[in-house]
Amino acid sequence: MKTSPLISEALSPEKIMEKIDILFYITSAVAVISTIMVITRYHAVHALLYLVVSFLSIALIFYFAGAPFIAALEVIIYAGAIMVLFIFVVMMLNLGPRTMEQERGWTTPAIWIGPSILSAVLLVAFMTVLMNNPAEDTGLNLVGVQEVGISLFTEYLLAVELTGLLLMAAIIGAYHLGSREKKIYHRYLEKTDQ
Amino acid sequence: MSLESGLILSGILFMIGLTGVMIRRNIIFMLLSVEIMLNAAGIAFIFAGSSRADPNGQIMFLFILAVAAAEVAIGLALVILIYQKFKTLDIDGISFMKG
Amino acid sequence: MQHLIGYIVLFPFLGFLVLFLLNRYLSKSMVSLIGVGSVGIPALLTMLVGLNYLNDPDGTVRVETWEWFQAGSLDPGITFLLDPLALIFVFIVTFVGFLIHLYSVEFMKNDDGYGRFFAYMNLFIGSMLILVLADNLVFLYLGWEGVGLCSFLLIGFWYRDPENVKAAKKAFVVTRIGDTSMVIGLFLLFAHFQTLEIQELLAAIPGKWAEGSSLATWGSILLLGGAVGKSAQLPLQVWLPDAMAGPSPVSALIHAATMVTAGVYLIARTHVLFLQAPDVMEGVAIIGALTLLIAGTSALTQTDIKKVLAYSTISQIGYMFLALGVGAWSAAVFHFMVHAFFKALLFLAAGAVILAMHHEHNMFKMGGLRKRMPVIFWTFLAGAASLAAVPLITAGFYSKDAILWLSFAGEKGNSALWLAGTAGAFITAVYTFRMIFVTFYGKQDHETAYRPGYLILIPLIVLAVFSMLAGFIEMPHNMAHVDLFSGFVQFSLPEAMPQINKPGLEWLFQGISSLMTLGGIFTAYFLYLRRPEKPRQWAHQYSRTRQFLLEGWKFDRLYRYLVIRPVTYLSEVNREDFIDRIYILMAESTRWWHTLLVKTQNGRVRWYIMGTALGVLLILAIIILI
Repeated sequence: MKTSPLISEALSPEKIMEKIDILFYITSAVAVISTIMVITRYHAVHALLYLVVSFLSIALIFYFAGAPFIAALEVIIYAGAIMVLFIFVVMMLNLGPRTMEQERGWTTPAIWIGPSILSAVLLVAFMTVLMNNPAEDTGLNLVGVQEVGISLFTEYLLAVELTGLLLMAAIIGAYHLGSREKKIYHRYLEKTDQ
Repeated sequence: MSLESGLILSGILFMIGLTGVMIRRNIIFMLLSVEIMLNAAGIAFIFAGSSRADPNGQIMFLFILAVAAAEVAIGLALVILIYQKFKTLDIDGISFMKG
Repeated sequence: MQHLIGYIVLFPFLGFLVLFLLNRYLSKSMVSLIGVGSVGIPALLTMLVGLNYLNDPDGTVRVETWEWFQAGSLDPGITFLLDPLALIFVFIVTFVGFLIHLYSVEFMKNDDGYGRFFAYMNLFIGSMLILVLADNLVFLYLGWEGVGLCSFLLIGFWYRDPENVKAAKKAFVVTRIGDTSMVIGLFLLFAHFQTLEIQELLAAIPGKWAEGSSLATWGSILLLGGAVGKSAQLPLQVWLPDAMAGPSPVSALIHAATMVTAGVYLIARTHVLFLQAPDVMEGVAIIGALTLLIAGTSALTQTDIKKVLAYSTISQIGYMFLALGVGAWSAAVFHFMVHAFFKALLFLAAGAVILAMHHEHNMFKMGGLRKRMPVIFWTFLAGAASLAAVPLITAGFYSKDAILWLSFAGEKGNSALWLAGTAGAFITAVYTFRMIFVTFYGKQDHETAYRPGYLILIPLIVLAVFSMLAGFIEMPHNMAHVDLFSGFVQFSLPEAMPQINKPGLEWLFQGISSLMTLGGIFTAYFLYLRRPEKPRQWAHQYSRTRQFLLEGWKFDRLYRYLVIRPVTYLSEVNREDFIDRIYILMAESTRWWHTLLVKTQNGRVRWYIMGTALGVLLILAIIILI
């Protein structure tokens, strides 16, 4: 029975589970704390670095949960590609210390207390729903990349094609939005958008 | 470590993301928070899939990943456009479309 | 040959369409050609079809063309039904209609709305043909409403005078009351028989509704309501005198010869239903008798020549209803035919007189026209003689005699009905010859505006010949054995058998009615030629009575108090329509919600997300709490 990828000959399964549980709680705590840091930073680059930490810890959790392939993708795509994209944009906008002051002024307690309470209440409600309908605890199983691949390219082939189409549309859309168009107000008053 | 603990983690992260969207006025931070929320939903899928030894959970995560990538591409392009046009990233400042 | 029936109906509609659409581009002679031709061709076709039918009476001919519509089990078709009853009506409509169109060419020649006039007239002829040829009651109702519409349009033809428009509206509204009753009757019939095909209906009614059953009574009362409205009978007769606001050819065609007899046609057509309701039959007879007396006495005092004729028309249709009520179906239709000839003639001749007198309607301002307009005088006299039922030589005598005899001797006849009819005959003779003596005799001598041309004279002469001779195709059997007419219509209408078969009594009755007519003529002669001061004196002496009769027994005033006043009072009270309040409240609350909700549309994305979160919270709360 493959219950976890961390099977070692030296330790009994119970011991391994215990250790994994402890690791899970630690990584979860890291993920939650770093995520909170993300939404409370004033500097965008700091927030992005915290988010990378959060994604890395989540990748670790995926690994524990029996999804090594997804853990790898989380690191490569989320923590890698998407975050790099963000950093590029932040750099391009070249937001200086003035923006940070602005951010500080925007994020007053009056603004964040209400939504935070709302979220907390929502979380409590969510937990209540979850506790009221306890899932059958069958433990977590390893789902290998092979199974995912077979399922993806047989059952979900059409969805994969559509995803390709979506990404294509996103690329074209992003190109179109990002391209600077030259604005001519009048042929004698030629004036370019800086 | 069980399905429920995973779902609770996912719920907590989702709420943090939601809070981020609600409290931040900077569009970049809002986009980051949206990423957090998408990721939280992904965690729920992974845990559900693993608890049933079912690849469908992971496949859903893949689709979420694709959607997140597309969303970020368009979203960041919009951020640049907005900054060029309004010289600000304040989402409350761009509220011309009101009733 | 019978497939031509469809074309009989088609031509007037084509004429209407062409005239209606191309009115502006057509020359006057072209309009005349199309307007008259599109009625003349059907008249010829009717002759052909009629001769063919007479040679080979193969019962009922059905000509199906299209399906009109289908709704559940109701699938009325554009289907024509030709039987003797329909053939007689078609003949009158096309033939008399053609003559009246011919007359109109000259009569209307200086009118601005020449093309419009012929368009409406053609539409009327087409609708009337649909009415009489329809194979199902829905299609019949289409024609029924079509002629109502044309009547409205033509009464208000000279719409620049608000009085004419008022008269048109009155006619439309009053007949609409009857039409509504008729539609409800159709609903009732359809609800119980699942069909409105006339033949199927007539075959099914006796088996399903027992004689005197309440359903049969209600069904026939509702149809009678429609007939009463259209035929200007008590209590809905008030519109016809006002309808004289239209041009004279219109009065002749619509308000004398054809449309107003649609009620007679309807009752004759659905006679099986009426036979199942003896009480209603009796009601029809009583309505007829009362109407003929009321209208006849009103005609006695009128000064407007067209109003005399209008009341006379109401009165003569009263005779037809009397005949229908006593079950003398063929007598009613026979009287309809003869009446169509002589009343159209009288209206046309009166129109010529009015035109010659510079649009003067008051007969007392005429007088002495006998020498100025001899042809008009002689034809008018022929029509008047027929109307007054001068014995032996006129058609009116034979048709009226049949009605009077059967109103006494028929199955449902009684002496009271006969008495009313005979009194009516006397009154008819008086007012008819009063009209003649006042208009054409006397010492006054007027310059006439113009001499009527051939297009006016020919129709008059043809109609005069018919009003004299048409009676000889049906003679009382104690005089001669001629029953061409009743033999012909026997196929569609049951024969009325007199209960009393004493030729001596019949002779006596004919003698009495002849005496009544001659007495009436003599009375008129005495009062209006010998002693013209007498009526004037009476008019002064009994001015209240005269006013009462002049206003047609003041039915208008009665309705004003009974209907119009309460309605206007109620609408006055309910000026701030309380039902409107509900809708205003709804509108107000919508606006209120709008102002409230528009505040949430503040353009701030963060607010929208909070709204979403709140919604999710709400859903979760519902899941938890329930």
